[in-house]
Amino acid sequence: MKTLEMKTLALTGNESGAEAMRQIDPEVVAAYPITPQTELMHKFAEFAADGKVATEMILVESEHSAMSACVGASAAGSRVMTATSSAGLALMWEIVYVAASNRLPIVMPVVNRALSAPINIHCDHADSMGCRDSGWIQLYSEDGQEVYDNIIQAVRIAENDGILLPVMVTFDGFIISHTMARVDVLPDKAVRKFIGERTPLHPLLDVNKPVTYGPLDLQDYYFEHKKQQAEAMRSAGAVIKAVGKEYGELSGREYGFFDEYLTSDADFIILALGSTAGTAKAAADELRSAGEKVGVLKLRVFRPFPAEELAAALAGARAIAVLDRSEGFSGIGGPVFQEVRSALYRRYQIPVSGYVYGLGGRDINVEMIASIYGDLKAGRYHEDKAAHFGVRE
Amino acid sequence: MIEIRWHARGGQGAKTVAEFLALVALHEGKYSQGFPEYGPERAGAPIKGYTRVSDDPIRVHSAIYHPDAVVVLDPGLLALPEVGEGMGADTVVVVNSAAVPSEVASRHGYLSGKKLWTVDASGIARDEIGRPIPNMPMLGALVRATEAVKLDSVLENIKKEFSRKFSQKILDGNLKAVRRAFEEVKGGE
Repeated sequence: MKTLEMKTLALTGNESGAEAMRQIDPEVVAAYPITPQTELMHKFAEFAADGKVATEMILVESEHSAMSACVGASAAGSRVMTATSSAGLALMWEIVYVAASNRLPIVMPVVNRALSAPINIHCDHADSMGCRDSGWIQLYSEDGQEVYDNIIQAVRIAENDGILLPVMVTFDGFIISHTMARVDVLPDKAVRKFIGERTPLHPLLDVNKPVTYGPLDLQDYYFEHKKQQAEAMRSAGAVIKAVGKEYGELSGREYGFFDEYLTSDADFIILALGSTAGTAKAAADELRSAGEKVGVLKLRVFRPFPAEELAAALAGARAIAVLDRSEGFSGIGGPVFQEVRSALYRRYQIPVSGYVYGLGGRDINVEMIASIYGDLKAGRYHEDKAAHFGVRE
Repeated sequence: MIEIRWHARGGQGAKTVAEFLALVALHEGKYSQGFPEYGPERAGAPIKGYTRVSDDPIRVHSAIYHPDAVVVLDPGLLALPEVGEGMGADTVVVVNSAAVPSEVASRHGYLSGKKLWTVDASGIARDEIGRPIPNMPMLGALVRATEAVKLDSVLENIKKEFSRKFSQKILDGNLKAVRRAFEEVKGGE
């Protein structure tokens, strides 16, 4: 199939997210501002005010209310979105779980920002990593293009009848949300066709077939419901792949669980999420031209965690560094480090070195990443306790 | 790839021009990034902006540490050590100043030997736009000094973008200011 003619736009990450939302034209959007997400919803609210979308905007008084409105509207059968960051996501917490547990296919861009205290508006992944156990699918985006592509795919993934789980599409606050860069967008019609209409399985508003959402569920059935939810998350992998492939046929940009950059013959691989994966690719390019066999594995799908495929992709490496942009406070290492190490357990004996970096927006550049490759080459590993990288001693 | 770092004070339009140059580059079919360094938003405080322009996709997402060009919108900022940080032998420096380059270099030792250009961007902006906002004329000067993009594409995109937000008078003033700065900027030796 021939890929479609794209329109090239100069958009910030937030504008790219808003553009995807405009094309999706959700039936209901709940909005509450928080830096650095504010600009995204601001832009989308303009589309709504200008009649560019038919969306019912619900302007709420907090993020707890934003997610509550989404839960109600999604259970009613609507296609629903909201967006947030940091403390906003933290305030939603209770309802974030309710959304996933009621199997409501809500799509939510999360513009990654550090959690307080001390107060900080810049990027780290503490907010979305805190949601890793909430039952939401999580897609991490490297740049504005991926923000756009992931949000469109998220609708299809969430609404798949075999899955029915909400999806967070994350991208790095300021680093991506406020950087203007090139984004190639599909024609509106192509996006509408790709996502189709939502056909809810059990809409609350179908009065001929009354259903109840969220009743009391004690020792008798709660556990069974949790198991179903876990199975839906496991099955989501195949759907994410299929949707990523179909999106590739449409746009020329195919997506999977992760992106393997120069890894096939690499001795040393850095695994990272989000914008840092891009910077790591630039570092790998430089080191490759100096003859070093290095590569980057960018993890796109953190929930569900693609353990088996990831382990296979890392199998040929002599050592791996995992970069976490959140602390996790396990005393061992960040959430990605622990998942990767656990994925390799009993499969491959490869040293996995953990790095916690970039908290509160601390910058990471090509030289710093090159020094991590240097650590791996020299056999300086942080296997039992992740290093805090780029911090003042 | 060309990497440009903008030094300005809050209110001088560094964020706008860093992003606008990225937009112009995109219209030339290139890849680009434009972004400011976000800190406390105070008018008059020193701020930085960044622009990358490349023929190939840009993957790096850090600040710019080794700029190919440094644009200084307020000459008072030249006293800050961060303006000189990461400059190499070939770094192009464009300063908003009515003084000639040799005079500016004599006051700031780290600039001697650099490809230094000066232009009275505030004066041009005052004459042509009516307010001493130096960002757009500094873009004209930068284009002359680096050829990061073509002057015509800058002018064309000003027409397209500014017509949505500003009066014809402001639009024409910006066009004139950019052209004048492109012609009047001195130096580069």
